[in-house]
Amino acid sequence: MIDFFIHNRGQILTLTLEHMWLVGVAIGIAILIGVPLGILVSRKKWLRKPVLGGTNVLQTIPSLALFGFLLPAPWLGERADRLAIVALVLYALLPIVRNTYTGIMSVDPLVREAALGMGMTDGELLRRVELPLGIPFILAGIRIATVTAIGVATIAAAIGAGGLGELIFRGVAMVNDQLILAGAIPAALLAIGADLLLGALEARLRVPR
Amino acid sequence: MSTSDARSNSQGVIQFRDVSFSVAEQRILSEVSFSVESGETLILLGRSGSGKTTALKLINRLLAPTYGQVLVGGRSTSEWDAIKLRRSIGWVIQESGLFPHYTVEKNIAVVPQLEHWPVERVQSRVTELMQLVGLDPSLRARYPHQLSGGQRQRVGVARALAADPQILLMDEPFGALDPITRAELRKEFLKLQQRLSKTVVMVTHDVREALLLGSRIALFEAGRLIGVFGKEEFAASADAQIRQYVDPIREAALPV
Repeated sequence: MIDFFIHNRGQILTLTLEHMWLVGVAIGIAILIGVPLGILVSRKKWLRKPVLGGTNVLQTIPSLALFGFLLPAPWLGERADRLAIVALVLYALLPIVRNTYTGIMSVDPLVREAALGMGMTDGELLRRVELPLGIPFILAGIRIATVTAIGVATIAAAIGAGGLGELIFRGVAMVNDQLILAGAIPAALLAIGADLLLGALEARLRVPR
Repeated sequence: MSTSDARSNSQGVIQFRDVSFSVAEQRILSEVSFSVESGETLILLGRSGSGKTTALKLINRLLAPTYGQVLVGGRSTSEWDAIKLRRSIGWVIQESGLFPHYTVEKNIAVVPQLEHWPVERVQSRVTELMQLVGLDPSLRARYPHQLSGGQRQRVGVARALAADPQILLMDEPFGALDPITRAELRKEFLKLQQRLSKTVVMVTHDVREALLLGSRIALFEAGRLIGVFGKEEFAASADAQIRQYVDPIREAALPV
């Protein structure tokens, strides 16, 4: 088993990096879309249901089906990695949007009232009070999204997007346990590592009260 | 001191003119008129739900009147830029509402920083204010959760005074404190007020506090203003509604 890993370390490393790249780009984009969307939802009451409901529905689509749905899309279908990233972004949106919204709403109403009463504008309230106090929630959302994305990304190999899923799919096809584990173990380690890292960051930024 | 005519023509620093306020068809305040004179401490007294806190929030436009006008410095609050208005009025609330992620120093410096004061000026102002409200300089870098209730409330007062506003609004500032700390802070408030003579509007449901700290008392009941009274007048009144407030503390042998 260990021999197998050592023997194929080049390929495992390449695929691990590819996996990290897929997840990293997807989470980056999901943060850029999800956090502003969460903020928007906290400001506009009428957007709450459609946005949170919409991201919720996205999450219920089975991942293999989502990859399949996106395949015929014009620009996306050309390259498998693009397609995989879009699907991963769609999955990551729900936890990020919802936790951003929850984080902002978690601010003590008395503190918010104090901020407004002292003459903060809405932007100042957001930047100086709501986001700093809500950041542990937002990070928790990013953490859930990242760990999920590392798992889902293994399925992206089904459409030829690469990543550690390739070893798993190949192993399944060849009934080779070692090959399956060569994909599954690094993916699990990535997920655990991301979880620990983001968890530590979250704990550091939590405001004691 | 005699009953001040609520509709007098004297230009108060703050004036309520036939102000009503409703939320979702429900009347919270009905046709309230009174004025606050420069340098006085006007107490808004009443039980919970009487509309006194609503009246306070109408002054810095956290709420806007449904009917009527609230004038601050002779100008209707609807004509003021809300942000400017609020920054020129100090705001102290129950439990102080301090920012939990800011140190004492940063909490006190909020308004000066919003107003982009130079760093040295902000720092010397913080030092000055901490001394003024009796906070030990060693507390400067502490966070609110590391302070006692009394210290937090002092920070709340210092924060409200930071940009030297002429008007101070206080919503049950001493409500959440233990009796000893409360008595201490009330005394200090009186001393502070003698020195600074701000125009203060303070909400409380505690009649002892009202008689101790107020120049005059505005009594609210179910969204209506019963009247504005000088405190001797209030204490001696034969009016049944006022007696409700005064009698219990008489029976307790005037501990103020």
